[in-house]
Amino acid sequence: MNTEILGIIAMFGVTLLLAIPLGKYIAKVYAGERTFLDPVFNPIERLFYKVSGINPDNEMNWKQHLVALLTINLLWFLMSMGILMNMGSLPLNPDGNPSQSADLAFNTTISFLVNCNLQHYSGETGISYLGQIWLMFLQFVTAGVGMAAAVVVFKAFREKSTTQLGNFYNYFLKSCTRILLPISLVLAAIFVFEGMPMTFDGKDTITNLQGDTVQVSRGPVAAFVPIKHVGTNGGGFFGANGAHPLENPSYLTNMVEMFGQFIIPMAMVFAFGFFIRRRKFAWMMYGVMTVGFLLLAIPNINMEMNGNPAITQMGIDNSLGAMEGKEIRLGAAASGFWSIVTTVISTGSINSMHDSSMPLSGMNELLAMMINAFYGGAGAGILNFLIFIILAVFISGLMVGRTPEFMGKKIEAREMKIAMIIALAHPFLILVGTALAAALPQYTSATLANPGFHGFSEMLYEYTSSAANNGSGFEGLGDNTVFWNISTGIVLLLGRFLPIIGPVAIAGLLAEKKFIPESAGTLKTDTSTFGLMVFAVIAIIAALAFFPALALGPIAEYFSLY
Amino acid sequence: MKKHILPAIKLTVLSILLLCIAYPLIVWGMAQFAPNKGKGKIITHNGKTYYANVGQSFTEDKYFWSRPSAVDYNAAGSGGSNKAASNKEYLQQVQARIDTFLVHNPGIAKSEIPVDLVTASGSGLDPNISVQAAKVQVKRIAKIRGIAEGNLLQLILAKTEKPLFGLFGPEKINVLELNIALDNLK
Amino acid sequence: MNNNKNKLFEPALMNEALKQSFIKLHPAKMFRNPVMFMVWIGTLVMAAVCVWIAFGEQSQGSFAYNLIVTVILFATLLFANFAEAIAEARGKAQADSLRKTREETPARLENGETISSSQLKKGDVFICEAGDIIPSDGEIIEGLATIDESAITGESAPVIREAGGDKSSVTGGTKVLSDKIKVCVTTEAGESFLDKMIALVEGASRQKTPNEIALTILLSGFTLVFIIVVVTLKPFADYAQTPITIAAFISLFVCLIPTTIGGLLSAIGIAGMDRALRANVITKSGKAVETAGDVDVLLLDKTGTITIGNRKATKFYPVNGVDEKHFLKSVVLSSMADETPEGKSIIELAGVNPLSYQIQNPRFIKFTAETRSSGIDYDTIKIRKGASDAIKNLVEKAGNHFPSETEEQVKSISSNGGTPLVVAENEKVLGVIELQDIIKPGIQERFERLRKMGIKTVMVTGDNPLTAKYIAEKAGVDDFIAEAKPEDKMNYIRNEQSQGRLVAMMGDGTNDAPALAQADVGVAMNSGTQAAKEAGNMVDLDNDPTKLIEVVEIGKQLLMTRGTLTTFSIANDVAKYFAIVPALFIASIPALQGLNIMNLHSPESAILSAIIFNAIVIPMLIPLALKGVAYKPIGASALLRRNLFIYGLGGIIVPFVGIKLIDLLVSVFI
Repeated sequence: MNTEILGIIAMFGVTLLLAIPLGKYIAKVYAGERTFLDPVFNPIERLFYKVSGINPDNEMNWKQHLVALLTINLLWFLMSMGILMNMGSLPLNPDGNPSQSADLAFNTTISFLVNCNLQHYSGETGISYLGQIWLMFLQFVTAGVGMAAAVVVFKAFREKSTTQLGNFYNYFLKSCTRILLPISLVLAAIFVFEGMPMTFDGKDTITNLQGDTVQVSRGPVAAFVPIKHVGTNGGGFFGANGAHPLENPSYLTNMVEMFGQFIIPMAMVFAFGFFIRRRKFAWMMYGVMTVGFLLLAIPNINMEMNGNPAITQMGIDNSLGAMEGKEIRLGAAASGFWSIVTTVISTGSINSMHDSSMPLSGMNELLAMMINAFYGGAGAGILNFLIFIILAVFISGLMVGRTPEFMGKKIEAREMKIAMIIALAHPFLILVGTALAAALPQYTSATLANPGFHGFSEMLYEYTSSAANNGSGFEGLGDNTVFWNISTGIVLLLGRFLPIIGPVAIAGLLAEKKFIPESAGTLKTDTSTFGLMVFAVIAIIAALAFFPALALGPIAEYFSLY
Repeated sequence: MKKHILPAIKLTVLSILLLCIAYPLIVWGMAQFAPNKGKGKIITHNGKTYYANVGQSFTEDKYFWSRPSAVDYNAAGSGGSNKAASNKEYLQQVQARIDTFLVHNPGIAKSEIPVDLVTASGSGLDPNISVQAAKVQVKRIAKIRGIAEGNLLQLILAKTEKPLFGLFGPEKINVLELNIALDNLK
Repeated sequence: MNNNKNKLFEPALMNEALKQSFIKLHPAKMFRNPVMFMVWIGTLVMAAVCVWIAFGEQSQGSFAYNLIVTVILFATLLFANFAEAIAEARGKAQADSLRKTREETPARLENGETISSSQLKKGDVFICEAGDIIPSDGEIIEGLATIDESAITGESAPVIREAGGDKSSVTGGTKVLSDKIKVCVTTEAGESFLDKMIALVEGASRQKTPNEIALTILLSGFTLVFIIVVVTLKPFADYAQTPITIAAFISLFVCLIPTTIGGLLSAIGIAGMDRALRANVITKSGKAVETAGDVDVLLLDKTGTITIGNRKATKFYPVNGVDEKHFLKSVVLSSMADETPEGKSIIELAGVNPLSYQIQNPRFIKFTAETRSSGIDYDTIKIRKGASDAIKNLVEKAGNHFPSETEEQVKSISSNGGTPLVVAENEKVLGVIELQDIIKPGIQERFERLRKMGIKTVMVTGDNPLTAKYIAEKAGVDDFIAEAKPEDKMNYIRNEQSQGRLVAMMGDGTNDAPALAQADVGVAMNSGTQAAKEAGNMVDLDNDPTKLIEVVEIGKQLLMTRGTLTTFSIANDVAKYFAIVPALFIASIPALQGLNIMNLHSPESAILSAIIFNAIVIPMLIPLALKGVAYKPIGASALLRRNLFIYGLGGIIVPFVGIKLIDLLVSVFI
């Protein structure tokens, strides 16, 4: 078999195999059960709680959770603006990179705060090492916040009827210390030995073999890259992100980085199953997500490996695939695969330039973010998926002649209202944002790298990536302008916090309701039939809301190319 | 909200200690055991050091060419062309690269040119080319350098990096290493 | 169930419904239904566009094309209104036919005056004799009568109604066959259950049920999504330099929003109540029908529901040494005056005419709660028949021995689900009569069906636990409450409810009223007391205890019809997209011809075909909306699979075929 394909299968297989035990471990961590890392982290956490004046056993209801979550985010926002706008004159800046402008700092802050990491700057020139380390901090803690929010949902479905949903700080800190940090350390160990730089020295200047003088950017990359993936953040240290030979030096690091971003979203699904003691339900979720993922990934691998038909027509050997924007050491297959991995989950790191993907590959990348729930970001994926489940439960409940219920809780008007608002918010942010950009060519047309349908796709991609908190881009877009910085900043904010508030509220409301025991008439939600229903709901909602936009972008481009 | 502010600040400060100071220091510590102490893998040749993973521009006919780059292999920055597959201007550019290649490589059929030689990489710093991309340049280099094609093909074979564990990923050649070896061949 | 006229569209109803379709165009009425209200606005806009073109506007295509679009949208509105109107008309007609029987019947008051039934007020007392039609619902305050209720229930056997107790209620429109009764009017004219039901059907007092509200939120959400899609499409199209006509925008919008379910939603709700009415169940709210579909626990009285009416005597066991003929005589004599069905069945089993015995000065002893026995005294002989412990008490008090043989027989009868009656003569035991419950044929299958629906059945009986258990097992119910007192029912309901289950029960007596009120679905029998009827949220005109099962299925059908048509409606959008989206862009972006997978004739024909399909699918689905989607107790997952296949996959495929066919037809004309 083709070694490029084999590499993908191996990576996917290993991730799945390890996701199950990791899921079990995560469930134990959140349930407060004993784990092998207790001796290391118990004292550290105790110290943290003591100094911070937090009682981790002080349980909160869903509203208190949200208040705590939003408060700490506001704090980070202020700190981040301060650092990014002043880092030029702060230490750890060997290259003398400048501070960011207010609008760029706003966009950068928001985008790292919401676990998106849309980067309107380039790492080599737009930020100091202090700034990079601060962003690395945000990559840890925002992933921790997303996971903590998901655990509130876990907790809500674990108990039969309760308002007490655990302590936010406890879930947050444990996510960082016991899950994100250890995995990041393991990854970093592999990375440093594969040649990823870990230095505080600045740029090096060399004269190359042909005699040209060039510079080489370096930095504390090997500390930054693990959490960028493990926390499904995706913010690149360098401008080229995972395509950069120092940020992703070998096929091995590529596999490890894919594994790193994939493992927690997958493990969270299993953790959910272990935590609420419904493993079959987790398998249903995992099945739906995997089918959806493969339906997007396989065509992409295929299309990228087949290459650009316009280039094939030129009569050259196109057997390597669509190599524009791709790296030889990674190959077209692993790049096509990564392009979907990074978009279904909200990483947004790239190892090839999505702008140069085949038109329908680009569409699949867009669809992956429009759905944003096939595995999804660390924590956020499950929250998004919950909304689709609520909608599917409602419709299928009716179809079997019973008032819809999920996990023994009746789904009523209030939950439907919230679910519908969240489901609406996503297309609203994407379509209205893109419409605005299309309607204001004075701000946007000069920023597009490509004409016609693809130019439209670039704008659509930018807002889709923002709303999905993904962070990848059709990077040809010259997005460091006030218009893009502010408009995507707003979309990012809403795209992050609405899908946290909504599902947490739904889970909180459901948790308060009376538990209804299952009977033969209850629609089981852990079956493949229900999985099919969820899948249909996801497919139809995404297809229906975005079809016209996709028709004018990638689909029109596709028909014009083939 | 008020009662959450103080714990949030304290927790943030402690987290910064753990995640921004302790964690990078541990990684930095590990890097001290890595090649070149974590300052990037290097190759030394004729007293000069090069970064093994960072591609270099090779445009002279006596060297194996590297891939087109959107940043001219200046690793002060990085990035791809971001050209869409359907972009007419871009397709003309590719056509021009093919034409240029054919001019510099007489006797090569168009169908032998692998796509990586006429498309820009994602980083603009791609250190590798495909095996076919090296082979297709043999005729030209053999002629300029006066080396037998067979020797060059052997060199390519020696410098071909197999897939990971022989199983995963593509075959590739590091252009810098290949060209250094080429220089050493004389 | 006699008057099930299942013809869906009677001409008289059609006329009324057509008229209503137009009346319902009133904006205040349309506003209640957000989906159709958007269509309503779209139609107005299109009408305005037509006028605009008539005044010389060139950019919007031909006048004829725009006019046709307007007309089709208008038709969509009418179809939706018609669906609601025909459902209302059918419900009303059904209710009217029930009501007709008792309109304008003369009522004879106590003072001899005769007034029209419509003048009767609550509290009035009227008198009915054999041959009279009872003018109004009421309660018998004096007398006893046999009454023919067939006009209401369709049941031809006359029933007995008497003052006091649980059988004191009479229904207007029924006919007194014998005797004379004094009746107190219990409801104000126009406020009877039937009147309330008619008001519900007509929409005057119809409120959206919680489920309808939740579904409306879902549908509004889908409508909003498509508002966003269509509004943002304008700048997208401008960017792509593709002018799109207003007609195309509105057509796309109307096709995408869930008009099919939006148009049929209220018809489905009304049809649910109507189906209940056809089953002779009057519902007090739409919610009650819906709740019935969710019921988890069903409380059923043993007598009349699980077993045929009453127990029957099945065997006599004379005590050793007692002459069989003598025993038989005693048995028959003691049951002579016993008017209960049990008493009659004893004489029937004995096969002897009691009058054939010559006895002097008979004196009948009635059953009382204290003695718990009945019998006869004649000459010097006292025969008593009753519960074994009552007789034992009697016998032992007189210093006589209660035979162990009898003791054993009593036990073995009990454990076989029978009821033993011990007969004693002059405080000496003569023998035992075995009464057995006869389980209704077919009842096991119905319980099996309920079990498959996920409903737990509970038998309520006054029998001792041993007997109750036996019958419960034999009938196949899941649980039973033995020696039930009214508060036991209540406690059982509360307990189930506290565990989150929904409970349905049926009752008739005044002492059932609290439990009926407590139950989520309380079905009162029409023959029951006024208090019971007030407490429940449904009234069963047939007094048929198994009616609950039908009510549950009607409730499930109601929800399923909503769910399946929602799915169908949304699934339709896929095909409509493939019809309209290429049509929108083909002129400027020929490449998108690739999306025209149905190969529709032209952009105009594609758009027209899509909206025509969208319009006619509503009337085509009216029969389904009115009859409801058939419920099959095959388990929730299997049911979902089935409905997803039929209405989901069908909903994707059918419009592809439909739109293509319509396009073939339309393309002939343009």
